[in-house]
Amino acid sequence: MDFAFNDEHQALRAMVREFAESRIAPNAEAWDRDHHFPVDVVREMGELGLFGITADERWGGAGADFTNLCIAIEELARVDQSMAITLEAGVSLGINPIHEFGSEELKERWLPDLVAGRALAGFGLTEPGAGSDAAATATRAVLDGDEWVINGAKAFITNSGTDITSLVTITARTGPDEISCIVVPAGTPGFTVEPAYRKMGWRASDTHGLVFEDCRVPATNLVGERGRGFQQFLSTLDDGRIAIGAMAVGVLQCCLEQSVAYAKERESMGKPIGSYQAVAFKCADMEVMTEAARLLVYKAAWLKEQGGPFKQEAAVAKLYASEAAITATREATQVFGGAGFMDETLVSRQYRDAKVLEIGEGTSEVQRLVISRGLGLPVS
Amino acid sequence: MNIAVCVKQIPDPATPYELDDENHWIIRPEDQVLDDTDRSGVEVALQLAEATEGTVTLYSMSPSGTLQGIRQALAMGADAAVLIDDPALKGADALTTARVLAAAMQQEGFDLVIAGTESTDGYSGIMPQMMSEILDVPCLSFARKVDAGDGSVTIERQTSDGFDVVEAPIPALITVTAGIEPRYPTFKGIMQAKSKPVTTLTSADLGITNTVHQVIRSVEPVAARTAGEIIEDDGEAYLRIIEVLEQAKVV
Repeated sequence: MDFAFNDEHQALRAMVREFAESRIAPNAEAWDRDHHFPVDVVREMGELGLFGITADERWGGAGADFTNLCIAIEELARVDQSMAITLEAGVSLGINPIHEFGSEELKERWLPDLVAGRALAGFGLTEPGAGSDAAATATRAVLDGDEWVINGAKAFITNSGTDITSLVTITARTGPDEISCIVVPAGTPGFTVEPAYRKMGWRASDTHGLVFEDCRVPATNLVGERGRGFQQFLSTLDDGRIAIGAMAVGVLQCCLEQSVAYAKERESMGKPIGSYQAVAFKCADMEVMTEAARLLVYKAAWLKEQGGPFKQEAAVAKLYASEAAITATREATQVFGGAGFMDETLVSRQYRDAKVLEIGEGTSEVQRLVISRGLGLPVS
Repeated sequence: MNIAVCVKQIPDPATPYELDDENHWIIRPEDQVLDDTDRSGVEVALQLAEATEGTVTLYSMSPSGTLQGIRQALAMGADAAVLIDDPALKGADALTTARVLAAAMQQEGFDLVIAGTESTDGYSGIMPQMMSEILDVPCLSFARKVDAGDGSVTIERQTSDGFDVVEAPIPALITVTAGIEPRYPTFKGIMQAKSKPVTTLTSADLGITNTVHQVIRSVEPVAARTAGEIIEDDGEAYLRIIEVLEQAKVV
């Protein structure tokens, strides 16, 4: 048994924490207020090598372990979930489908810029009529000569409309019982990026609906084997679940630190509020949740690195960590009282932002479905 | 250009320092961080090395511990490190430190030495000047900007009014202010830092035997701040305010 992070993990954590505190934290409130996606800061994250942590060295990555990526995501989420999800989606959903399943041609064409953080990619799975029920995908791609002709719509696609978005990988029906993944480069005629959504949280993260009308891309933009799209995105999502869990750990850590500091300093009835059990026990509960979530998430990451099955552990980690993060943000806001309801208080933004942690990359309900099936319970 | 940079591992300034009851030295934890001032020194060295296709070697005299601080500087991009880790040097004074570091640099060779103006834990602020004397090279201090020329270096020397431009032939020694913004290490830099060469020497390896230890007789806590004076404005309060400011020699 060994629960220690190695020297490299610790050095990365220190680097990302310092970057997050000096470049992101002072601006995050304004970005949230203005729904502003800070492309220059995302580029700086790229220069630090954050998008290339796990990518192969051939494409400019560092070829390092997945735990490193989780640490970077956790540290960003500790100050701002919008930048954490930008990295998480940039790697898990933008880079990985091409990195894991794409042809050499697709890799050579797209990966160097994505891995360096000079470009971003999105993954278009969800549709207005197909969320958790991904099999209901209605977007169609029909082969016409040496081109796919795509028609359909996608919803809530992260990183799909930034100034540096180079492509979106989408799932599309390519036959009666067949879903495939296809790369659609930004700016392809017939590919429309709708105006950014107005959101409850993650406001500095870039999210759009996408529309495809007779959109033509080369047949070689097929990612991996035709008809394997379903398996590909399921595998993509397993990784993503651990990474979302890592975000939740960062949120929990933030709530814990902020609440403890405030409980020591804020006085009520002549004493620090932390001296009252009503507040002290909230802090104690946050400590328990943070520790438990961290162990679940990094164990799942470790299992993935060992090459063993980790679907169940990823779902457990994502479910527990995201729900704990939502509880902790609610309680941290309560610790701050009226101040917790103000936009300038970090836990207030974390509260709004955290809700989507139990929706994105598989809802809590889907996680429970995955876990119960993993227990061998019959499928309804 | 072969650039030597003085770096120091110090206890994390965010945590309170603990002093040894007996000799009043700082108790150094295994995990020490790179002194912030030195990050500016490493940054300047890296910029000069990039401009001249040179190399950057770190020099540090301290208990190695986990090497966390040294790895930080290597992760920024320095090529190698030379550490003088010797229990006999514990409590060494500034002159001994200067002699040891200078001896190591003479042994390894250098064109330029860069140091921070002063360390954040010791604050003596005299070590670099002593080194320049021992190395017999010109000392350019308080650089806020450094440019390498052909066989020379030019700095902007920070003054209270602005800056002086100072030039010296190399080899030379430069002290840099904290005003130079250091780079973040990249993730690849962090990965590569593990495999960069770190040489460890003792004072005997450098032929230094007569080390001098300063003796700290006592350490007193800073006096608690006393309550300030409240000046009621009766229409003439400005007279008292001027008087206070004059006493404080700020006007």
